[in-house]
Amino acid sequence: MTPLLQVDNLRIELTTRDGVAPVIDDLSLQLNAGETLSFVGESGCGKSMTALALMGLLPEGVGRVASGKILFDGEDLTQASDARLREIRGNEISMIFQEPMTSLNPVYTIGEQIAEVLRRHQNLSKKAAWNKAIELLDAVRIPNPSARVSDYPHQMSGGQRQLVMIAIALACEPKILIADEPTTALDVTVQAQIFDLLRDLGREFGTAIILITHDMGAVADMAERMIVMYAGRKAEAGPVEQVIEHPRHPYTKGLISCVPHLIATLTEERPELTEVAGIVPSLRDFGRDQCLFASRCDRADQQCKSSRPPEIEFDDGQSSACWHAEQL
Amino acid sequence: MNTEQEQTVETARSPFSEAFEMFRQNHLAVAGLILLVLIILAGLFGPYLYVADPFDMVWAPFSPPGEEGYLLGTDYLGRDLLAMLIHGARVSILIGLSAAFLTVFIGITVGALAGFYRGITEEILMRITEFFQVLPTLLFSMVIVALFGASLPMITLAIGLVSWPSVARITRAEFLRIRELEYVTAARACGVSNAKLIFKVILPNALPPIIVQAALMVGSAILFEAGLSFLGLTDPNVVSWGQIIGSNREYILDASFTVTVPGLAIFITVLAISLVGDGLNDALNPKLRQR
Repeated sequence: MTPLLQVDNLRIELTTRDGVAPVIDDLSLQLNAGETLSFVGESGCGKSMTALALMGLLPEGVGRVASGKILFDGEDLTQASDARLREIRGNEISMIFQEPMTSLNPVYTIGEQIAEVLRRHQNLSKKAAWNKAIELLDAVRIPNPSARVSDYPHQMSGGQRQLVMIAIALACEPKILIADEPTTALDVTVQAQIFDLLRDLGREFGTAIILITHDMGAVADMAERMIVMYAGRKAEAGPVEQVIEHPRHPYTKGLISCVPHLIATLTEERPELTEVAGIVPSLRDFGRDQCLFASRCDRADQQCKSSRPPEIEFDDGQSSACWHAEQL
Repeated sequence: MNTEQEQTVETARSPFSEAFEMFRQNHLAVAGLILLVLIILAGLFGPYLYVADPFDMVWAPFSPPGEEGYLLGTDYLGRDLLAMLIHGARVSILIGLSAAFLTVFIGITVGALAGFYRGITEEILMRITEFFQVLPTLLFSMVIVALFGASLPMITLAIGLVSWPSVARITRAEFLRIRELEYVTAARACGVSNAKLIFKVILPNALPPIIVQAALMVGSAILFEAGLSFLGLTDPNVVSWGQIIGSNREYILDASFTVTVPGLAIFITVLAISLVGDGLNDALNPKLRQR
């Protein structure tokens, strides 16, 4: 089966004051229809950049795809025209954002905003689009949808606004939904609700979901496969359960040990929580020929600091870019 | 109990209807609006209610207000000042509105394109804007009117051409701010085209300060027109307030009312517009809005 989305050796460069930095460096991935893939990593690891690149929305004049391919249904999105990209966006690939408070246009009612997408991509009449908007609000479990459809965004809570964003994103039953940290700005109960909804609706519409997050707990709940990103490079990839059970990259290991309930149930005695010491290197160091995690890794040796580790594939579908992967 | 509850339930209101509510609570602004409406009504229907030709010499020159039934007296040619004032209102307000419209139209177009597309487009458009901004406005408009004739459309054009830079700069600033907001990225992610992003997504959000500026622009356009006609750069076949002042200025010491009356008309009109503009500013400024 050919994958729905295939990214080959993608390299994205950002122009900064210090020159050009590869914010995504040699990233390859595959996404099958209906599958949930998760990107994990700290802030500044290039997760959001990957998402924007998939949508063709890299910041103008600053970011560009330097090399590599993004094949969606066999079509290379890096070569597609603007008009074609606009056709795809919101219709076949859609996206929800981190900040539900500011992701909706304050001067239109939410009904108008949902209907707008439907009218653009599906040529529905005004009336039909409005009715579909009410249905969608119902589908994302907003109570009393026929009344709330004519609300303005400022009349809704953050959680509700994110539900509306999901309704907009799913309006055209896209093949891929990119969720860029959809719950970062929301409280924990709402988080659970949003994840439930994403999972259910993804299944219902057969939508593949790319979930970008730094919450390992969410990954374990939601995704089938995960990609751990570090400093613009793929650190580790594989099926979620397997990776959590047996991480083959020190960074993944560190991330997992930061989340209490992944390593212990409440009744058991809990191991001490740890942190991954240090911070992500600055953009200017991204292109170096070394393991970028070396400065924070207790296993780092001379080899780690002098050459970039290749991606080592394991038989069970896991892969890791670490010189010591086999020993882990 | 039940009815009380119903009253406190907030109904869905657009940001603009909320602003209207704020405006209504500002008594000065409402007073300004009423005054402005009265002046516009006087200009529209006055000539039918007070039938008199403003160019007719009806009585002795410089007769003071009230004499012989001429409520505001006569000017240096013995023309009825009240009739002139009413006809002048039409011209002044028409020029004020159309010049403001032209200003806003050019300003929004230039500012929106510059703020949205950035890069070389912005560079070129903003340099042009700065060029127009550093021109001495009165001199430039005098040149236009002197070169192309003192007709009303030409005067409107002259005023519009010298006053659009401020609107362009405000619009550009708003576009620069709004284009980076998440809902614009979200709209892009839904496949919205650039034209729609500019006019349907960003512009409605950028409007509040532009509306305020436009309201104030009407006032300054009226003043500008008065200034031009005071200098004699006006269509001699139409009466305007500035023109009355200009043509009577030599007699200011002998018959001061000939200058005072149209001067007051300009003053009151511009004051009314400023009050409305100020009220709009308060109503549309989110920082002053009480939620």
